[in-house]
Amino acid sequence: MATVRIPSVLRKHTDGVAKLTAEGGTVGEVLRAAAAAHPGLEEQLFDDGSVRGYINVYVDDEDIRYVSGLDSPVTPDSEVALMPAVAGGAPA
Amino acid sequence: MRFGDISQAVGHTPLVAVPRLSPPGCTIHLKLEGHNPTGSVKDRVAKYLIEEAERSGTLRPGQRIVEPTSGNTGIGLAAICRVKGHPLTCVLPENTSQERKQLLTLFGAELVFSPATEGSNGSVRVARELAEADPDAYMPFQYGNAANALSHYETTAPEIIADLPEVSAFVAGLGTGGSVTGVGRRLKRWNPDVKIYAAEPEYGDLVYGLRNLDEGYVPEVLDLEVLDSRIKVNSRKALQATRELAEVEGIFAGVSTGASLVVAQRVAARLPERAHIVAMSPDGGWKYLSTGAYAPGDLDELATAISGTLWA
Repeated sequence: MATVRIPSVLRKHTDGVAKLTAEGGTVGEVLRAAAAAHPGLEEQLFDDGSVRGYINVYVDDEDIRYVSGLDSPVTPDSEVALMPAVAGGAPA
Repeated sequence: MRFGDISQAVGHTPLVAVPRLSPPGCTIHLKLEGHNPTGSVKDRVAKYLIEEAERSGTLRPGQRIVEPTSGNTGIGLAAICRVKGHPLTCVLPENTSQERKQLLTLFGAELVFSPATEGSNGSVRVARELAEADPDAYMPFQYGNAANALSHYETTAPEIIADLPEVSAFVAGLGTGGSVTGVGRRLKRWNPDVKIYAAEPEYGDLVYGLRNLDEGYVPEVLDLEVLDSRIKVNSRKALQATRELAEVEGIFAGVSTGASLVVAQRVAARLPERAHIVAMSPDGGWKYLSTGAYAPGDLDELATAISGTLWA
Protein backbone atom coordinates (compact mmCIF):
# COMPACT_ATOMS: atom_id res chain seq x y z
CA MET A 1 0.00 0.00 0.00
CA ALA A 2 1.15 3.51 -0.73
CA THR A 3 1.90 5.95 2.06
CA VAL A 4 -0.07 9.20 2.25
CA ARG A 5 1.45 12.09 4.18
CA ILE A 6 -1.04 14.42 5.80
CA PRO A 7 -0.01 18.01 6.61
CA SER A 8 -0.61 19.25 10.15
CA VAL A 9 -3.51 21.49 9.08
CA LEU A 10 -5.48 18.44 7.83
CA ARG A 11 -4.74 16.10 10.73
CA LYS A 12 -7.90 17.05 12.57
CA HIS A 13 -9.61 14.95 9.91
CA THR A 14 -7.30 11.94 10.45
CA ASP A 15 -7.41 11.74 14.26
CA GLY A 16 -4.01 13.43 14.37
CA VAL A 17 -2.31 10.82 12.18
CA ALA A 18 0.50 12.16 9.95
CA LYS A 19 0.99 9.08 7.75
CA LEU A 20 -1.76 6.86 6.38
CA THR A 21 -1.61 3.91 4.04
CA ALA A 22 -4.10 3.48 1.21
CA GLU A 23 -4.62 1.17 -1.76
CA GLY A 24 -4.57 2.30 -5.35
CA GLY A 25 -2.71 2.23 -8.63
CA THR A 26 -3.00 5.97 -9.24
CA VAL A 27 -2.77 9.06 -7.06
CA GLY A 28 -6.52 9.61 -7.50
CA GLU A 29 -7.37 6.08 -6.35
CA VAL A 30 -5.08 6.38 -3.33
CA LEU A 31 -6.55 9.74 -2.29
CA ARG A 32 -10.12 8.55 -2.71
CA ALA A 33 -9.33 5.49 -0.58
CA ALA A 34 -7.82 7.75 2.08
CA ALA A 35 -10.85 10.06 1.96
CA ALA A 36 -13.21 7.09 2.25
CA ALA A 37 -11.47 6.05 5.46
CA HIS A 38 -11.43 9.63 6.81
CA PRO A 39 -14.57 11.35 5.52
CA GLY A 40 -13.50 14.84 6.70
CA LEU A 41 -10.70 14.74 4.15
CA GLU A 42 -13.03 14.48 1.17
CA GLU A 43 -14.25 18.06 1.28
CA GLN A 44 -10.84 19.46 2.20
CA LEU A 45 -9.12 17.75 -0.72
CA PHE A 46 -11.59 17.76 -3.56
CA ASP A 47 -13.70 20.35 -5.26
CA ASP A 48 -15.88 18.91 -7.98
CA GLY A 49 -13.55 15.94 -8.49
CA SER A 50 -10.33 17.97 -8.74
CA VAL A 51 -7.82 18.65 -6.02
CA ARG A 52 -8.29 22.09 -4.49
CA GLY A 53 -5.85 24.76 -5.67
CA TYR A 54 -4.36 25.49 -2.27
CA ILE A 55 -3.18 21.92 -1.86
CA ASN A 56 -0.19 20.58 -3.75
CA VAL A 57 -0.07 16.83 -4.28
CA TYR A 58 3.23 15.07 -4.82
CA VAL A 59 4.03 11.51 -5.77
CA ASP A 60 7.56 10.58 -4.70
CA ASP A 61 8.32 14.30 -4.27
CA GLU A 62 7.15 15.35 -7.76
CA ASP A 63 4.12 17.63 -8.21
CA ILE A 64 1.44 15.51 -9.90
CA ARG A 65 0.45 18.44 -12.15
CA TYR A 66 3.67 17.75 -14.05
CA VAL A 67 3.29 13.95 -14.03
CA SER A 68 -0.24 12.84 -15.01
CA GLY A 69 -2.39 14.58 -12.45
CA LEU A 70 -4.68 12.27 -10.47
CA ASP A 71 -3.83 9.54 -13.02
CA SER A 72 -0.15 9.61 -12.01
CA PRO A 73 0.94 6.02 -11.33
CA VAL A 74 1.59 4.88 -7.77
CA THR A 75 3.53 1.80 -6.68
CA PRO A 76 3.20 0.12 -3.26
CA ASP A 77 6.47 1.85 -2.27
CA SER A 78 5.30 5.29 -3.36
CA GLU A 79 4.67 8.19 -1.06
CA VAL A 80 1.80 10.54 -1.89
CA ALA A 81 2.30 13.80 -0.01
CA LEU A 82 -0.23 16.57 0.50
CA MET A 83 1.25 19.98 1.22
CA PRO A 84 -0.36 23.37 1.69
CA ALA A 85 0.83 25.79 -0.98
CA VAL A 86 3.35 28.05 0.74
CA ALA A 87 5.13 31.01 -0.79
CA GLY A 88 8.46 32.53 0.03
CA GLY A 89 11.03 31.98 2.72
CA ALA A 90 10.61 30.52 6.16
CA PRO A 91 10.02 32.82 9.11
CA ALA A 92 13.71 32.62 10.03
CA MET B 1 36.26 44.87 -13.72
CA ARG B 2 35.63 48.42 -12.58
CA PHE B 3 32.33 50.00 -11.48
CA GLY B 4 31.08 53.47 -10.51
CA ASP B 5 29.30 52.24 -7.38
CA ILE B 6 28.04 49.04 -5.76
CA SER B 7 24.68 49.05 -7.59
CA GLN B 8 26.53 48.67 -10.89
CA ALA B 9 28.53 45.67 -9.67
CA VAL B 10 25.49 43.36 -9.54
CA GLY B 11 25.50 40.19 -11.66
CA HIS B 12 28.14 38.63 -13.93
CA THR B 13 28.54 35.79 -11.47
CA PRO B 14 30.67 32.69 -12.14
CA LEU B 15 29.15 29.53 -13.66
CA VAL B 16 31.09 26.65 -12.12
CA ALA B 17 30.85 22.96 -13.06
CA VAL B 18 30.56 20.36 -10.29
CA PRO B 19 31.84 17.29 -12.19
CA ARG B 20 32.31 15.15 -9.07
CA LEU B 21 28.63 15.52 -8.13
CA SER B 22 27.23 15.20 -11.67
CA PRO B 23 25.61 11.87 -12.63
CA PRO B 24 27.44 9.99 -15.43
CA GLY B 25 26.70 11.40 -18.89
CA CYS B 26 25.78 14.91 -17.78
CA THR B 27 27.42 17.97 -16.31
CA ILE B 28 25.84 20.10 -13.60
CA HIS B 29 26.97 23.73 -13.33
CA LEU B 30 26.20 26.08 -10.45
CA LYS B 31 25.44 29.75 -11.02
CA LEU B 32 27.21 31.15 -7.95
CA GLU B 33 25.04 34.12 -7.00
CA GLY B 34 26.83 34.44 -3.66
CA HIS B 35 29.36 36.46 -5.67
CA ASN B 36 26.98 39.43 -5.86
CA PRO B 37 27.78 42.56 -3.80
CA THR B 38 25.70 41.66 -0.72
CA GLY B 39 26.16 37.95 -1.28
CA SER B 40 22.97 36.76 -2.94
CA VAL B 41 20.92 36.54 -6.10
CA LYS B 42 18.52 39.06 -4.56
CA ASP B 43 20.90 41.89 -5.43
CA ARG B 44 19.66 41.48 -9.01
CA VAL B 45 16.04 41.67 -7.85
CA ALA B 46 16.63 44.60 -5.49
CA LYS B 47 18.35 46.61 -8.21
CA TYR B 48 15.50 45.99 -10.67
CA LEU B 49 12.76 46.69 -8.12
CA ILE B 50 14.28 50.12 -7.45
CA GLU B 51 15.44 51.05 -10.93
CA GLU B 52 12.22 49.96 -12.69
CA ALA B 53 10.14 52.00 -10.22
CA GLU B 54 12.45 54.99 -10.73
CA ARG B 55 12.23 54.62 -14.51
CA SER B 56 8.43 54.45 -14.51
CA GLY B 57 8.13 57.43 -12.17
CA THR B 58 6.41 55.35 -9.46
CA LEU B 59 9.35 56.03 -7.17
CA ARG B 60 10.52 59.62 -6.68
CA PRO B 61 14.05 60.62 -5.62
CA GLY B 62 14.44 60.26 -1.86
CA GLN B 63 11.07 58.50 -1.42
CA ARG B 64 10.76 55.94 1.40
CA ILE B 65 10.57 52.23 0.56
CA VAL B 66 8.72 49.67 2.69
CA GLU B 67 9.17 45.95 2.04
CA PRO B 68 8.32 42.78 3.99
CA THR B 69 11.53 40.75 4.07
CA SER B 70 13.84 39.25 6.62
CA GLY B 71 16.10 37.69 4.09
CA ASN B 72 18.37 38.32 1.18
CA THR B 73 16.01 40.75 -0.59
CA GLY B 74 16.05 43.08 2.41
CA ILE B 75 19.83 43.03 2.60
CA GLY B 76 20.13 43.69 -1.15
CA LEU B 77 17.52 46.47 -1.01
CA ALA B 78 19.26 48.05 1.98
CA ALA B 79 22.58 48.33 0.15
CA ILE B 80 21.01 49.60 -3.09
CA CYS B 81 18.76 52.09 -1.25
CA ARG B 82 21.83 53.43 0.52
CA VAL B 83 23.61 54.45 -2.66
CA LYS B 84 20.43 55.57 -4.41
CA GLY B 85 19.30 57.76 -1.52
CA HIS B 86 16.05 56.03 -0.50
CA PRO B 87 15.26 55.47 3.18
CA LEU B 88 14.19 51.83 3.69
CA THR B 89 11.85 50.20 6.20
CA CYS B 90 12.06 46.39 6.37
CA VAL B 91 9.23 44.52 8.05
CA LEU B 92 10.45 41.23 9.46
CA PRO B 93 9.31 38.52 11.87
CA GLU B 94 10.61 39.31 15.36
CA ASN B 95 12.50 35.99 15.47
CA THR B 96 14.75 36.91 12.53
CA SER B 97 18.39 36.00 13.26
CA GLN B 98 20.73 38.55 14.86
CA GLU B 99 23.14 38.51 11.93
CA ARG B 100 20.38 39.62 9.57
CA LYS B 101 19.10 42.34 11.86
CA GLN B 102 22.67 43.62 12.26
CA LEU B 103 23.33 43.65 8.51
CA LEU B 104 20.09 45.50 7.77
CA THR B 105 20.77 48.04 10.53
CA LEU B 106 24.35 48.52 9.35
CA PHE B 107 23.07 49.39 5.88
CA GLY B 108 20.81 51.99 7.48
CA ALA B 109 17.45 50.24 7.19
CA GLU B 110 14.74 50.87 9.74
CA LEU B 111 13.39 47.61 11.21
CA VAL B 112 9.74 47.00 12.08
CA PHE B 113 8.87 43.67 13.65
CA SER B 114 5.84 41.48 12.98
CA PRO B 115 4.74 38.64 15.31
CA ALA B 116 6.93 35.52 15.00
CA THR B 117 3.84 33.32 15.10
CA GLU B 118 2.53 34.84 11.86
CA GLY B 119 5.69 34.04 9.90
CA SER B 120 6.35 35.84 6.64
CA ASN B 121 2.61 36.36 6.07
CA GLY B 122 2.61 38.55 9.16
CA SER B 123 5.37 40.69 7.68
CA VAL B 124 3.37 41.11 4.48
CA ARG B 125 0.32 42.19 6.50
CA VAL B 126 2.23 44.72 8.61
CA ALA B 127 4.11 46.13 5.60
CA ARG B 128 0.81 46.62 3.73
CA GLU B 129 -0.65 48.44 6.72
CA LEU B 130 2.42 50.71 6.95
CA ALA B 131 2.39 51.45 3.21
CA GLU B 132 -1.34 52.25 3.25
CA ALA B 133 -1.00 54.54 6.25
CA ASP B 134 1.84 56.49 4.64
CA PRO B 135 1.01 57.84 1.19
CA ASP B 136 4.65 58.76 0.80
CA ALA B 137 5.86 55.17 1.12
CA TYR B 138 6.43 52.87 -1.86
CA MET B 139 6.22 49.09 -1.42
CA PRO B 140 7.89 47.22 -4.31
CA PHE B 141 6.53 43.82 -3.10
CA GLN B 142 8.78 41.28 -4.78
CA TYR B 143 6.10 38.52 -4.78
CA GLY B 144 3.89 40.51 -7.11
CA ASN B 145 6.31 42.78 -8.97
CA ALA B 146 7.17 41.94 -12.59
CA ALA B 147 10.60 43.57 -12.14
CA ASN B 148 11.56 40.52 -10.05
CA ALA B 149 11.33 38.06 -12.97
CA LEU B 150 12.51 40.75 -15.39
CA SER B 151 15.85 40.99 -13.57
CA HIS B 152 16.45 37.32 -14.34
CA TYR B 153 15.09 37.60 -17.88
CA GLU B 154 17.43 40.47 -18.69
CA THR B 155 20.54 39.55 -16.69
CA THR B 156 20.75 36.02 -15.24
CA ALA B 157 19.55 34.15 -18.33
CA PRO B 158 21.68 36.06 -20.89
CA GLU B 159 24.74 35.39 -18.73
CA ILE B 160 23.94 31.65 -18.77
CA ILE B 161 23.41 31.65 -22.55
CA ALA B 162 26.69 33.52 -23.11
CA ASP B 163 28.69 31.17 -20.87
CA LEU B 164 26.98 27.89 -21.80
CA PRO B 165 25.09 28.03 -25.13
CA GLU B 166 24.56 24.26 -24.97
CA VAL B 167 22.52 24.50 -21.73
CA SER B 168 19.78 21.83 -21.70
CA ALA B 169 18.07 22.47 -18.36
CA PHE B 170 17.81 24.99 -15.55
CA VAL B 171 16.92 24.32 -11.92
CA ALA B 172 16.15 26.89 -9.25
CA GLY B 173 14.47 26.97 -5.88
CA LEU B 174 10.91 28.16 -5.54
CA GLY B 175 10.53 31.21 -3.33
CA THR B 176 8.92 34.13 -5.11
CA GLY B 177 9.20 32.22 -8.39
CA GLY B 178 11.20 35.06 -9.93
CA SER B 179 14.23 33.08 -11.04
CA VAL B 180 12.44 30.08 -12.59
CA THR B 181 10.00 32.42 -14.33
CA GLY B 182 12.51 34.98 -15.62
CA VAL B 183 15.34 32.61 -16.51
CA GLY B 184 12.87 30.01 -17.78
CA ARG B 185 11.08 32.35 -20.18
CA ARG B 186 14.34 33.66 -21.63
CA LEU B 187 16.00 30.25 -22.01
CA LYS B 188 12.88 28.79 -23.66
CA ARG B 189 12.63 31.73 -26.04
CA TRP B 190 16.24 31.10 -26.99
CA ASN B 191 15.84 27.30 -27.25
CA PRO B 192 12.36 25.80 -26.76
CA ASP B 193 13.93 22.42 -25.89
CA VAL B 194 15.44 23.74 -22.65
CA LYS B 195 13.73 22.23 -19.60
CA ILE B 196 12.93 24.23 -16.47
CA TYR B 197 12.63 22.58 -13.06
CA ALA B 198 11.70 24.06 -9.70
CA ALA B 199 13.15 22.75 -6.45
CA GLU B 200 10.51 23.34 -3.83
CA PRO B 201 11.59 23.54 -0.20
CA GLU B 202 9.67 21.14 2.01
CA TYR B 203 9.31 23.00 5.26
CA GLY B 204 9.07 21.30 8.60
CA ASP B 205 5.70 20.83 10.30
CA LEU B 206 6.65 23.76 12.49
CA VAL B 207 6.52 26.15 9.55
CA TYR B 208 3.36 24.74 7.99
CA GLY B 209 1.75 24.76 11.42
CA LEU B 210 2.04 28.54 11.51
CA ARG B 211 -0.12 28.92 8.46
CA ASN B 212 -3.75 28.33 7.69
CA LEU B 213 -4.69 26.60 4.47
CA ASP B 214 -6.35 29.66 3.01
CA GLU B 215 -3.11 31.59 3.47
CA GLY B 216 -1.30 29.39 0.96
CA TYR B 217 -1.12 31.10 -2.36
CA VAL B 218 0.85 31.11 -5.58
CA PRO B 219 2.95 34.28 -5.88
CA GLU B 220 1.85 36.41 -8.82
CA VAL B 221 5.42 36.47 -10.11
CA LEU B 222 5.48 32.69 -10.58
CA ASP B 223 4.47 31.46 -14.06
CA LEU B 224 3.58 27.79 -13.57
CA GLU B 225 3.39 27.33 -17.35
CA VAL B 226 7.13 27.78 -17.75
CA LEU B 227 7.89 24.82 -15.49
CA ASP B 228 8.48 21.31 -16.82
CA SER B 229 8.22 19.98 -13.31
CA ARG B 230 8.34 20.86 -9.66
CA ILE B 231 10.06 18.57 -7.18
CA LYS B 232 10.11 19.03 -3.44
CA VAL B 233 13.25 18.51 -1.40
CA ASN B 234 13.28 18.05 2.34
CA SER B 235 15.75 19.73 4.67
CA ARG B 236 17.77 16.57 5.22
CA LYS B 237 18.43 15.93 1.52
CA ALA B 238 19.16 19.60 0.85
CA LEU B 239 21.52 19.79 3.80
CA GLN B 240 23.32 16.61 2.79
CA ALA B 241 23.87 17.88 -0.76
CA THR B 242 25.00 21.29 0.54
CA ARG B 243 27.57 19.71 2.81
CA GLU B 244 28.76 17.42 0.00
CA LEU B 245 29.32 20.49 -2.16
CA ALA B 246 31.83 21.78 0.37
CA GLU B 247 33.39 18.39 1.04
CA VAL B 248 33.69 17.22 -2.59
CA GLU B 249 33.72 20.34 -4.77
CA GLY B 250 35.06 22.97 -2.37
CA ILE B 251 31.95 25.14 -2.71
CA PHE B 252 30.44 26.71 0.43
CA ALA B 253 26.81 27.42 -0.39
CA GLY B 254 23.50 28.05 1.34
CA VAL B 255 21.05 25.18 1.77
CA SER B 256 18.82 26.23 -1.15
CA THR B 257 21.77 25.40 -3.40
CA GLY B 258 21.75 21.84 -2.10
CA ALA B 259 18.04 21.58 -2.91
CA SER B 260 18.61 22.67 -6.52
CA LEU B 261 21.52 20.24 -6.81
CA VAL B 262 19.32 17.35 -5.61
CA VAL B 263 16.75 18.16 -8.31
CA ALA B 264 19.45 18.56 -10.98
CA GLN B 265 20.81 15.11 -10.11
CA ARG B 266 17.32 13.60 -10.23
CA VAL B 267 16.23 15.04 -13.59
CA ALA B 268 19.56 14.21 -15.28
CA ALA B 269 18.19 10.79 -16.26
CA ARG B 270 15.35 12.44 -18.26
CA LEU B 271 17.65 14.59 -20.35
CA PRO B 272 19.56 13.69 -23.52
CA GLU B 273 23.08 12.28 -23.29
CA ARG B 274 25.79 14.88 -22.45
CA ALA B 275 23.22 17.28 -21.04
CA HIS B 276 24.38 20.48 -19.37
CA ILE B 277 22.26 21.43 -16.37
CA VAL B 278 22.52 24.83 -14.70
CA ALA B 279 21.44 24.89 -11.06
CA MET B 280 20.96 28.15 -9.22
CA SER B 281 23.10 28.74 -6.13
CA PRO B 282 21.26 31.72 -4.57
CA ASP B 283 23.84 32.46 -1.87
CA GLY B 284 26.84 31.27 0.09
CA GLY B 285 26.62 29.61 3.48
CA TRP B 286 27.88 32.54 5.55
CA LYS B 287 24.53 33.82 6.76
CA TYR B 288 23.51 30.33 7.93
CA LEU B 289 26.59 29.41 10.01
CA SER B 290 24.79 30.30 13.22
CA THR B 291 21.95 27.88 12.40
CA GLY B 292 24.35 24.97 12.93
CA ALA B 293 23.78 23.66 9.39
CA TYR B 294 27.50 23.21 8.83
CA ALA B 295 28.47 21.96 12.27
CA PRO B 296 29.68 18.38 12.76
CA GLY B 297 26.96 16.03 13.89
CA ASP B 298 24.21 13.63 12.88
CA LEU B 299 22.50 14.81 9.71
CA ASP B 300 19.00 13.77 10.78
CA GLU B 301 19.26 15.61 14.08
CA LEU B 302 20.70 18.70 12.42
CA ALA B 303 18.01 18.73 9.76
CA THR B 304 15.24 18.42 12.34
CA ALA B 305 16.75 21.09 14.57
CA ILE B 306 17.03 23.65 11.82
CA SER B 307 14.21 22.78 9.40
CA GLY B 308 12.31 25.92 10.33
CA THR B 309 15.20 28.29 9.78
CA LEU B 310 17.02 27.04 6.71
CA TRP B 311 15.10 28.29 3.74
CA ALA B 312 15.51 31.96 3.16
